[in-house]
Amino acid sequence: MAHDNKLQFELPANVKKWSMILMGVGILATVLGWFADKTDHHTYWWGNLLINGFFFFAIALGALFFYALQYAAEVAWSAMVKRIFEAMFAYIPYGLGVIVFVLLVGQFHGHHLYHWMDSAVYDPTSPEYDELIANKRPYLSAWFFWLRVLVYAAVFIIFARKFRQWSIQEDTVGGTEIHYRFYRRSAVFLVFFAVFSSTLSWDWLMSIDTHWFSTMYGWYIFSGMWVTTMIFATLTVIWLKGKGYLAQVNDSHVHDMGKWVFAVSMLWSYLWFCQYMLIWYSNIPEEVTYFQTRYEHYMYGMWGVFAVNFAVPFYVLMARDAKRNFKYLTRVGVIIFLGHFADLYMAVIPGTVHGHLEWGFGEGHHTTFVGWFEIGMFLGFLGLFVFVVSRALTKANLLPIKHPFFQESENHSI
Amino acid sequence: MIKEASIRKPLILGHKTYGDITNDIVGPIEGEAPKQWKIAITIAAIIALYGIGCIMYLVAQGIGSWGLNKTVGWAWDITNFVWWVGIGHAGTLISAVLLLFRQRWRMAINRSAEAMTIFAVIMAALFPVFHMGRVWLAYWTLPLPNQFGSLWPNFNSALMWDVFAISTYFSVSLVFWYIGLIPDFATIRDRMVKPKWKKFYSILSFGWSGRAKHWTRFEEVSLVLAGIATPLVFSVHSIVSMDFATSIIPGWHTTIFPPYFVSGAIFSGFAMVLTLLLIMRKTMRLEAYIHLKHVEYMNIVIIVTGSIVGVAYLTELFISWYSGVEYESYAFINRFSGPYAWSYWAMMTCNVISPQLFWFKKIRTSLTATFILSIIVNIGMWFERFVIIVTSIHRDYTPGAWGEFYPSTIDIGMFIGTIGIFFTLFLLFARYFPVLALNELKTILKVSGESYKNDNKH
Repeated sequence: MAHDNKLQFELPANVKKWSMILMGVGILATVLGWFADKTDHHTYWWGNLLINGFFFFAIALGALFFYALQYAAEVAWSAMVKRIFEAMFAYIPYGLGVIVFVLLVGQFHGHHLYHWMDSAVYDPTSPEYDELIANKRPYLSAWFFWLRVLVYAAVFIIFARKFRQWSIQEDTVGGTEIHYRFYRRSAVFLVFFAVFSSTLSWDWLMSIDTHWFSTMYGWYIFSGMWVTTMIFATLTVIWLKGKGYLAQVNDSHVHDMGKWVFAVSMLWSYLWFCQYMLIWYSNIPEEVTYFQTRYEHYMYGMWGVFAVNFAVPFYVLMARDAKRNFKYLTRVGVIIFLGHFADLYMAVIPGTVHGHLEWGFGEGHHTTFVGWFEIGMFLGFLGLFVFVVSRALTKANLLPIKHPFFQESENHSI
Repeated sequence: MIKEASIRKPLILGHKTYGDITNDIVGPIEGEAPKQWKIAITIAAIIALYGIGCIMYLVAQGIGSWGLNKTVGWAWDITNFVWWVGIGHAGTLISAVLLLFRQRWRMAINRSAEAMTIFAVIMAALFPVFHMGRVWLAYWTLPLPNQFGSLWPNFNSALMWDVFAISTYFSVSLVFWYIGLIPDFATIRDRMVKPKWKKFYSILSFGWSGRAKHWTRFEEVSLVLAGIATPLVFSVHSIVSMDFATSIIPGWHTTIFPPYFVSGAIFSGFAMVLTLLLIMRKTMRLEAYIHLKHVEYMNIVIIVTGSIVGVAYLTELFISWYSGVEYESYAFINRFSGPYAWSYWAMMTCNVISPQLFWFKKIRTSLTATFILSIIVNIGMWFERFVIIVTSIHRDYTPGAWGEFYPSTIDIGMFIGTIGIFFTLFLLFARYFPVLALNELKTILKVSGESYKNDNKH
């Protein structure tokens, strides 16, 4: 092969340096934020930790999903970029760690993100008794909830490890046996994913607004997860190409990545709109509360998120040339990456700190956007994510040279 | 030419040349109609005539000749409408979405799937149109000025959105299908000997000459139409689902409806494509072009969409309990244990359990099993709409008004009649139109033809 020298990715010193700096900033913002946050039981602080924990975990999980999808659908072009997705799903255990930490502290009443974790709501004699939540007890009881967490974690970690292991093994062994094993196991993973992506969104996010429910919710969260995965992967490919790696990844591959960003953005917009429109239209008290809260206190945030995440990719990435243009892709990618972070913020925060939108930390139920705190924590997690992903990239060839679709992918031209 | 990966199964089997492809597909059009075809179209036409008779009776007598009552005001009419629209989804999905995904196997099935789509949408449209009662005033649904004597249509109504969604979908699908047919009509025109038929195909082919410029434009317009048709695949059934979901009736109002209806539509559409193609490939000897790999791919689409539908059923069921809303829970308890429980369990068995059999390679590559399951899925998807529509409304908030629905002979006659009309149209298509996109197939012959892949000499 002509590009052997660039097959092995070496972590540039400045990536290491900058991810460390970002993590440092994150730790600082997180620690200072803890002391500055005056909300009840530091609700706002915990809310932000959950957002960051879930957001980056979701990117990694989305990568595992997309990876499995490529095998199940016998896709050739993406063989060239499969190692990027492998590196991304290497973050799954870290992401799960953060989420489990938030959930554990909640279970021991360290914070009140999840109202249903409070045992008083189940006690008919207590003044805190909440009939609606008490009815949900079979699903939300501690043992069943934690059993689900364990099953999700086990399934995701096992599949991620096995997929990575087989993929590296294929580089030396070759042949088609591993490929067909991937094909079969991917289909199995997708079945797990189809169920768990919905249930984990209910468990970790929808249950924040404990009284509220929406059958669409799981698919809506899933689509947001998928977009951010595609954005991060696209940006990584562009960055690696800029460093002289991935020479065989041509414009057509990048075009296809851009198409995915575009298409899944439209899927997200479609699901967001359908969920909103149906709830707004029928205006049933049980359901409309969710948007009512956001309408009253987070009007600009709610509509801003939809407008940006729909309109920017729609107008900019519609054209063929835009999807092949690294500059366009990078700019749009960064904007909607942040847009989807904001989307998750809108999903979590209004249900936890029922306050008005104010600048700076407030007292009791008054909070929200501070600036340095949220941005700092986000940057810290971004640093961690980039660090984990780039380190995973160094551990195997950047290209799966013995993939049965390698040649077809190399010749990819559209 | 760049070859595809060697582990891919070839899409065109045997030693085929360009000439063979033309002969295989145009040959049946030039020859005498086979006896089976004549028998089949006679039966279909008789059923169609019976259906038309029922429709005439309905128009003369009014909607009272259906079995509707004051509680169940929507039943078979809307069930059949949604069922047919759903079937009409596969064609455009295959031709547009799979084109964007560059799935080459679609080339063997897109033509007949699109034809099926168009006929299915026409059948679907019959139901709401005749449900209006005074069908001669159907144009009132269009946004015409008040001078025509109508009031302005209610733009707040999802039923109104349906008029636009379906008519747009129909027009785009028709144009898309026809544009694809033009080069193939030209091929037939060039071969035809009988002057009358030559003239016929010459008009249909719009003066296609096969110049490079024509082909460039052809490909450009196909991509543009695919881009337009893709959101339409989603929008049509989303809006159909909103006919129910924008209401506040428990069992109808749920946010998952739009994507779940779309998935269900693709599911039923593929089932119908399989039913038709499995017969067609046999009777028209197209085994080299539509073979086990195609069937397997379609069966995989059936597993995926069937499972998505299954996840949606379970989500609805779970959330109806989780919501703690009494009426919501009751709607679902009534579904699986009320007087219509048999239809709920029929739906569950046909749509969720039976497609899981395709996980076994033996079953998904067996033509007989596929044929049987494709019919089961079609039955299941009819029951799905019946369950959603009738069981949600037959027991409303006041128990005094509870009732049940019994179809009248006109209900049944009209439904069976549409199946007859559909098959009549499809048989006419199969006789006079190129059933495979032969010019498109030729583009993959050297990439994915069996003998080319194996480097055999021609």
